[in-house]
Amino acid sequence: MTSTAYPTQPRSAVPLGRRFKRWILARPGVARLGVIALLFIAWEIAARFFVDKIFLSPPSLVFTQINTVFETTGVPNALRVSAYEIVVAFVMSVAIGLAVGLAVGLHRFSQKSFMPIILLLYGTPQITILPLFILYFGIGPASKIAFGVSHGIFPIIVTVVAGVQNIKPILLTSAKSMGASRWHIFRWVIFPHMIPSFFAGMRLGMTGVLLGVLLAELYVSTAGIGYYTTLFTQSFNPTKLLGLISVLAAMAILLNEIVRRAELHYSRWRSD
Amino acid sequence: MSAAPTSATTASDVRKSASQKSAKRDRSALGSRLVQAAFVIALVGLWYIGTTYGQISPILLPNPVRVFDELVDVLATLEFVSDLRITLFELAVAFSISATSGVVLGYLISRSQYSIRVFEPLFAGIYSVPIILFLPLYILFFGLGPASKIALGVTTSFFPIILNTIAGFGYVERVYVLSARSMGASDYQLFRWVLLPAAFPIILTGLRIGFTVALLSILGSETIASLAGLGHRIVHLAEGMDTARMFAYIAFAVAIALTLNTVTSSLEARARRR
Repeated sequence: MTSTAYPTQPRSAVPLGRRFKRWILARPGVARLGVIALLFIAWEIAARFFVDKIFLSPPSLVFTQINTVFETTGVPNALRVSAYEIVVAFVMSVAIGLAVGLAVGLHRFSQKSFMPIILLLYGTPQITILPLFILYFGIGPASKIAFGVSHGIFPIIVTVVAGVQNIKPILLTSAKSMGASRWHIFRWVIFPHMIPSFFAGMRLGMTGVLLGVLLAELYVSTAGIGYYTTLFTQSFNPTKLLGLISVLAAMAILLNEIVRRAELHYSRWRSD
Repeated sequence: MSAAPTSATTASDVRKSASQKSAKRDRSALGSRLVQAAFVIALVGLWYIGTTYGQISPILLPNPVRVFDELVDVLATLEFVSDLRITLFELAVAFSISATSGVVLGYLISRSQYSIRVFEPLFAGIYSVPIILFLPLYILFFGLGPASKIALGVTTSFFPIILNTIAGFGYVERVYVLSARSMGASDYQLFRWVLLPAAFPIILTGLRIGFTVALLSILGSETIASLAGLGHRIVHLAEGMDTARMFAYIAFAVAIALTLNTVTSSLEARARRR
C-alpha cells in the first residue's frame, strides 16, 4: 500500500532500516510469523520470570518435552480413543444428517413442517443435556459419540435442506421435460447442486463434532483425553497439560483442514 | 428420493392464478402447523404413556407431570435465582470484556490493509481451534470459581467479534471513503457518517454470535467443573439421580438460553433496520 510512495532510488542508497521496512511491508505473511514469534517470546518470558512454575511452563519446555506426554501410560490410547470417537461421530452425523436433510428438504410440505422444529433444536444449548447423555449412554465412548452427533448433525441437516431448496426451478423443469426419471433428477440435478452446501455443512458439522466430543470428554472420562487433562490439571503439571492441549489442537486443525480442502475441491465446478 | 412433487408444484404453480395460489399456501401453512403440533403432542404423549404405563425407570426418564411439578416448584420457591444470577453475571462480564476489546482491537487493525493481512488469518486460524480445549488450562490458572468461566467466555466470543469487526470496517467501499474525503470530511466525520454505518450491521452479527457462544461456553464450563451456576446445578442434580428436578432445570436453562438468543436476534434486527 504505502510502498509506492517511496521515491525511486538506487538500491544501495536506501538506508537499511527503510529497506527492511519496504521488504516487510510487501510480505504480510512474514510479519504474521513475527507476531506469532513475539507471542511465543512473551509466553516464554512470562513463564520463566513472572509466573509460578506450577501454573505455566515456557513453550521451550512444553515443545521439547512433548514426547513425555506420549510416553505417559495411557495417553496414546486416549488419543486413539478420542480420534475414534470423533471419526465415528462425524460419519454418523453426515449419514443421518444427509438422510434427514433430504427427507425434510425434498418436499415443500415436510420442509415447512419440520424445519422450524429442527431450527429450534439447533438453537437450544445442548450442553445442558450432557448429563442425560451420560445417564443414557454411560461414561464410555458411546456417550461421547452420541453427544458429538447431537452437535454435528444439525448444521448438516440445515445446509443440506438449504442446498436442495435453492435449486432453480428451471433446472428441474427442463430435466423433467427432457424425460428424466425421479432418480435421474436426483442423481444429475439435485445431488450435484447440493454438493457445495453439503461440504460447507460437513465443515460446520466437523466443528460441532469436535466441540461435542471434547465437551463430553472433559465432562467425564475414564480413559479418554478428558481423563488426562483433568489428571495433569489436578497434579499441577502444566508442561504435560500444554503439550496434550497442543496435540489436540493440532488434531482439530488437521481434521478441519481436511474437510475444508474437500469443500474447496468439490465446489470448484460452480463458477458463481 | 422423490424429487417429482417439488418439480410438479413448481411447474403447475405457473399455470395457476394468484388467488388460487395464495389460498393453497394458506392451507399448506395450516397443514404444516398441524404437523408441528401433532409432532410435539405425539412426543409428549409417548413420553407420558411410556413413563406411566411402561417399564421405563423413573431415574432414566421421569414422568412429564412430575417434571412439570418440579419446574413449578423451582420457579415458585425462587430456588433458581442464585444460580441464574451467577451464570448471568459471568455472561455479562465475559461479553462486555470481549465486546469492548474485540471491537476496539478490530477497529485498530482494520485501519490499514496491511495489518488486516497480518492479523486476520491469525485470528481466523485460532478461531478454528475448539476453544473448549483451554478450559483445563483456565481452571489451572483461575480456579473453579467464576473467573475461569469468564475467561473461557471471553476467549470464545472474542474471535467472532473481532473477525466481524475487521470485516465490517476493513471492507467498506473505497468509493464512499474517497468521496467523503474529497467533500472534506474530517476523521471523526468519516468515522461517524461513513465507516460506522457501513460496518455496523456486520459488527452486530459478530456481537450476536459472540453472545451466543459466550453463553454456551459458560454453561459448558459450569457443567464440566464449577462451584455454582445453572450448569453446575444440573450436574449436581444428575449426580444425585434427582432426574425429575434435573429435567426441570434443563427446561429452565434451555428457556433462558432461547429467550436470550431471541432477544439478541431481535435487537440485532431492530438496530439493523435503523
